[in-house]
Amino acid sequence: MTDKKTLFIDGKEVEFTDEPNLLEVIRKAGMNVPTFCYRPDLTTYGACRMCVVEIEGRGIQSSCTMPPEQGIKVHLNTEKTRRIRKTVLELLLANHDRNCLTCEKSGDCELQKYAEEYGINKIRYAEKDEYLPIDSSSPSIVRDPNKCILCGACVRACREFQGHSVLDFANRGSKTIVQPMNGRPLGQVDCVNCGQCVAVCPTGALTIKSQMDDVWKCITNPQMKVAAHIAPSVRVALGEMFGLEPGENSIGKINAALRRIGFDLVFDTNFGADLTIMEEATEFIERLKSGKNLPLFTSCCPAWVKYLEMMHPDMLKHLSSCKSPMSMQSPILADLIPKTFGITRENLTIVAVMPCTAKKYEALRPELSHNGRQDTDFVLTTKELGKMIKSAGIDFKSLEPEQADSPFGEYTGAGTIFGASGGVAEAAVRTAYEFATGEVLQNVDIKELRGTTNRCKDVEIDIKGTKVIVRVVSTLKEAEKSLKEIKSGKARFQLLEVMACPGGCINGGGQPSSFDNTKIKAERAKGLYKEDEQLSIRKSHMNPSIQKLYQEFLEYPNSHKAHELLHTAYVDRFKNSYKDI
Amino acid sequence: MDTTHKISTAKLDEILESYEYKKSNLIAILQKVQEEYRYLPEEALIYIGTKIEGLSPATVFGVATFYAQFSLEPKGKFEIKVCDGTACHVRGSMPVLNAIRNKLNIQEGQLTSDNGLFSLETVSCLGACGLAPVVVINGKVYPQMTSDAITIVLETLLKEEE
Ligand code: SF4
Ligand code: SF4
Ligand code: FES
Repeated sequence: MTDKKTLFIDGKEVEFTDEPNLLEVIRKAGMNVPTFCYRPDLTTYGACRMCVVEIEGRGIQSSCTMPPEQGIKVHLNTEKTRRIRKTVLELLLANHDRNCLTCEKSGDCELQKYAEEYGINKIRYAEKDEYLPIDSSSPSIVRDPNKCILCGACVRACREFQGHSVLDFANRGSKTIVQPMNGRPLGQVDCVNCGQCVAVCPTGALTIKSQMDDVWKCITNPQMKVAAHIAPSVRVALGEMFGLEPGENSIGKINAALRRIGFDLVFDTNFGADLTIMEEATEFIERLKSGKNLPLFTSCCPAWVKYLEMMHPDMLKHLSSCKSPMSMQSPILADLIPKTFGITRENLTIVAVMPCTAKKYEALRPELSHNGRQDTDFVLTTKELGKMIKSAGIDFKSLEPEQADSPFGEYTGAGTIFGASGGVAEAAVRTAYEFATGEVLQNVDIKELRGTTNRCKDVEIDIKGTKVIVRVVSTLKEAEKSLKEIKSGKARFQLLEVMACPGGCINGGGQPSSFDNTKIKAERAKGLYKEDEQLSIRKSHMNPSIQKLYQEFLEYPNSHKAHELLHTAYVDRFKNSYKDI
Repeated sequence: MDTTHKISTAKLDEILESYEYKKSNLIAILQKVQEEYRYLPEEALIYIGTKIEGLSPATVFGVATFYAQFSLEPKGKFEIKVCDGTACHVRGSMPVLNAIRNKLNIQEGQLTSDNGLFSLETVSCLGACGLAPVVVINGKVYPQMTSDAITIVLETLLKEEE
């Protein structure tokens, strides 16, 4: 006899193995129950009671907290379970802001969805009379406590991903609230803007601070030329909002959609990523030679940069002075497009399309402005662009793919893998190897650096006899561990790649909701590696447009001109954090 | 150190030290801090939240506001607790409470009298139901209170203060 374990769901025999709870078994079997507080990547909280099921002989159980057991007979939709779910919904709605129509989350809200599915067409309880103020102090996130259902997902995301606990429960009983320290504005506490709390919030309590209106205004202004550049991760996720499979690369459709919407120029941030590698690989080799300020930290992730500035300003010397791909690409466009088209900077708007809410904060950094004008005028998240495409009435799925504009739309495979955890390091190694040895790197695939589930990877690279250890981490909780290692003198790695979002930018706070399905991350990453494989050029320094840019404009990596446009300095933000008391 | 802060980080460090900066000792730490300042100053909560690994200011604030024993507002020199458990309520704790409010001019929802001398709270059952209604001032129990009796008690305290 095999030790195959089974249980019954609505009469159907279903196998299970090591699923942590009954809910996962139900979902694996292709069935479902509603949830609010359950998030597969976070610890189980078991508070909302939406996931209740009835088990023969045992009554009602919440499926997210119950381990699967041999032979149990589970019923998903009984009179009782449906009544409980309805009551939960009614009670939640009783305390909820009822202005669905004007809610940023409308159409993508789980509370709204289930209320509709369960036919809640009237709420027996009176509307609450006291509304709390909406907090829009953060450049990335809007917090509306009146829409919070206290599921605690955001609290767990901030704590378990970022080790940061910016948000937590306060008070007790009917006064319970989820908020930053003592209700302070989110823009004035030590939040790093990663948006992971937004990504897991089932309602409109935490939403992305939108810049759609600002962008529309520029697009509809005939005097204004509007240029966009699109980050790697956007292309493998945006399609999900239009029914494409996760990971399906839709960059051609995105280019087409942007032109339909009215963007005048469409470029690719992958170009900026290639540029970053030119500079960062050169910087890495210099540091390896001098032995100074090692390990080198990557600097593409604005949440990570802000974290380091606030929590460990003594370690800023490790951080690469390279700007992020977005902030390299934008000033190049700001410098060269007006010259090419004979317009002024005033008549050019530069929009970055990003998977990331923290990029909205990055764009505001004063160092990333020229003559008082932000290099990146606006940042749209993947979700926002998706909404704009919808509101423009574009049938995304049936669009014919189009190329980006030249020359800042050309990119290599190295640029495209920037979106996945490990991708920046892999791209850097491909170029650093050739820069350091002058020889051709035959096998560009460094598969050990890839993967979205392992949040900390050490890989040894042999640069012709010189052994280099590359560490790749995602989430700031993991990054913090690496910093401790460095401080205690135990660290053996020379390069540290950090992305604050679990799995990297593909899982950024601005991406379409994916918290319910842990496979989506992996699929998106696969999509990027697939594109990398299909591209004929897979090393950043082989990008002909990049080579030309250096010949005609930047001279050589780390040149004076390159430093002026492509490098930056960091700020000690210890005072902004709570640590400075 | 910034002198505008009322708290002494040295004192807080001493307390944290004695509890080994341990997350599991948070309640005890907060109790000690409250003993020191008679309430939990916001800066102290922030300080504790940044010093103990695995905690944050928001988390410490959450704990401090969850338990009724903690106060985020300064308490008065005299801490008055009026029992409003079932027995005390039935035997007239509300008139007693109102008498105190009137005498000390403490509005509903207000914790401390304007001169900072008294703070006033209701608590649920103190376990002295046989003596209902009960008022406790700085740990001293005043049994079988009436509006008149409590007014006399307060007047005595006020006179002593002068
Ligand atoms: S944006 Fe990130 S750091 Fe800020 S509260 Fe949300 S999860 Fe925490
Ligand atoms: S803000 Fe959103 S995620 Fe956080 S507790 Fe409220 S409903 Fe849940
Ligand atoms: S999803 Fe199971 S209790 Fe919330």
